[in-house]
Amino acid sequence: MDLKDLYRDIIVDHNRHPRNFREIPDADRRADGFNPLCGDKLTVFVKLEGNRIADVSFNGSGCAISVASASLLTESVKGKTIAEAAGLFSQMHQLLTRDDVDIDVASLGKLGALSGVREFPARVKCASLCWHTLDAALHQQEQVSTE
Amino acid sequence: MSAAHSVISETGVLDVAAIRRDFPVLARTVRGLPLTYLDNAASSQRPRAVIDAMSHYYENSHANVHRGVHTLSQEATELFEGARAKVRRFINAKSTQEVVFVRGTTEAINLVAQSYGRPQFGPGDEILVSWLEHHANIVPWQMLCQQTGATLKVAPITQSGEVDFDAFAALLSPRTKLVALAHVSNALGTVIPVHRFIAAAKVRGVPVLLDGAQAVPHMKVDVQALDCDFYAFSGHKMCGPTGIGVLYGRESLLNAMPPWQGGGDMILAVSFEKTVYSGLPYKFEAGTPDIAGAIGLGAAIDYLESLGMERIAAAEQALLVYANEQLATIPGLRFVGTASEKAAVVSFTIDKVHPHDLGTILDHEGVAIRTGHHCAMPVMEFFGLPATARASFAFYNTRAEVDRLVAALHTAREMLG
Repeated sequence: MDLKDLYRDIIVDHNRHPRNFREIPDADRRADGFNPLCGDKLTVFVKLEGNRIADVSFNGSGCAISVASASLLTESVKGKTIAEAAGLFSQMHQLLTRDDVDIDVASLGKLGALSGVREFPARVKCASLCWHTLDAALHQQEQVSTE
Repeated sequence: MSAAHSVISETGVLDVAAIRRDFPVLARTVRGLPLTYLDNAASSQRPRAVIDAMSHYYENSHANVHRGVHTLSQEATELFEGARAKVRRFINAKSTQEVVFVRGTTEAINLVAQSYGRPQFGPGDEILVSWLEHHANIVPWQMLCQQTGATLKVAPITQSGEVDFDAFAALLSPRTKLVALAHVSNALGTVIPVHRFIAAAKVRGVPVLLDGAQAVPHMKVDVQALDCDFYAFSGHKMCGPTGIGVLYGRESLLNAMPPWQGGGDMILAVSFEKTVYSGLPYKFEAGTPDIAGAIGLGAAIDYLESLGMERIAAAEQALLVYANEQLATIPGLRFVGTASEKAAVVSFTIDKVHPHDLGTILDHEGVAIRTGHHCAMPVMEFFGLPATARASFAFYNTRAEVDRLVAALHTAREMLG
């Protein structure tokens, strides 16, 4: 377990310069995610066009893993349908929590940079918080907690 | 204890290298690096004397206490009650009847809430705490308020992390039925000048409970000199086992309180018509107690006394001064909690590096610290922070370990800052 497996260059870059870090004032969906263990708090905003995610953003505060993961999430689900985003959520869930499942990391693009998190069990919830929050927003729940 | 001769130098200060050999875990490595254990406010480590006392008990003398006439039961009872006598002497309680064994500080406070507060508090009554409290000195009172209709009042703190005495005094009123205050803040290390607060409460005849979990391991505590009514602390923060702690209570108050839990060991006679309870302290100790835990706690007290609480306090204060100096050299580091009197606890943040990342990066350097809200969310909220990093020192820590902490923080800044 090398720290560089966790804090890869992409992660560090997205933490320093989070993408889509803003509110969408006229969002169709939004949800708050909270990780009480470390105090991470994120809000995810979604603008829909039919079944498609036309725009997605987040704000809040958190550790490098949770901020980078949220930033990568916004880049990867923008333009996707709700069903496609749900598919990505389940792939990410497996990537972060299952070491007995072979995942085609290359197919995940930049999201594959989070594969090192699996080796740091205390940090898995940091990486998955934004995905649970997006899921809650798409299912029109207002709040989600990873505890 | 024989260790005393080898761990105190001729000049009367602690020989830290010798002390460290008393703690088996301090010899281990983490990821190939020496363990630098700076999470003592969460839980301290155990000297061999404590581990051996518990093993010896299990290997030689275990039986249930206060029951049998057989040899083992008598030995176990003597060891268990011997530990109570050590606690009494350690905190200078008047009598062993005032020393109730519980699971820890949390249970001690819940006991007072439910047995002292619940039968007599009602709407209009107030319980006064401070903004600095650990959740264990907040939530039991909130539950009590829900049960009785009483109100929780909170004395504010200052930017340096000290309880505002004038505001506290202004909140004392004829409605105040109990003051519950930390002796030392777990999140910030602030030593609260409790004499002053207790004196103000006494003027109004208000009883005072002190949460001493963070005080007892680091300073001489004398409950009679403090003149407090209840004092709660845990074994595992003072080199003793987990699962054992102490509620000290003034005898007159404990006598008037009903039992908290019912069961064996807390009764004199039981029939379906009427049960007669035991006297103090057994009235509050239903069921088979943590016998080995109490014996381990007694051994921890022996160990701490062999070093001397004054010498422990001096060693830790010297470490605190050094840590403050060294940490102040790190760009972007902000101290959270700068009270004039502190235990050896340093809470801090570093610009652009979240405490949670600090915790992971430091762990890779073998350095164990606590990151998060430290079970004191109102304190974090007061400072507008989701979390801090907290290094907390014990007498077995060294300047070299402070240096390793500082080096690891530089690494974290380079990675993420």
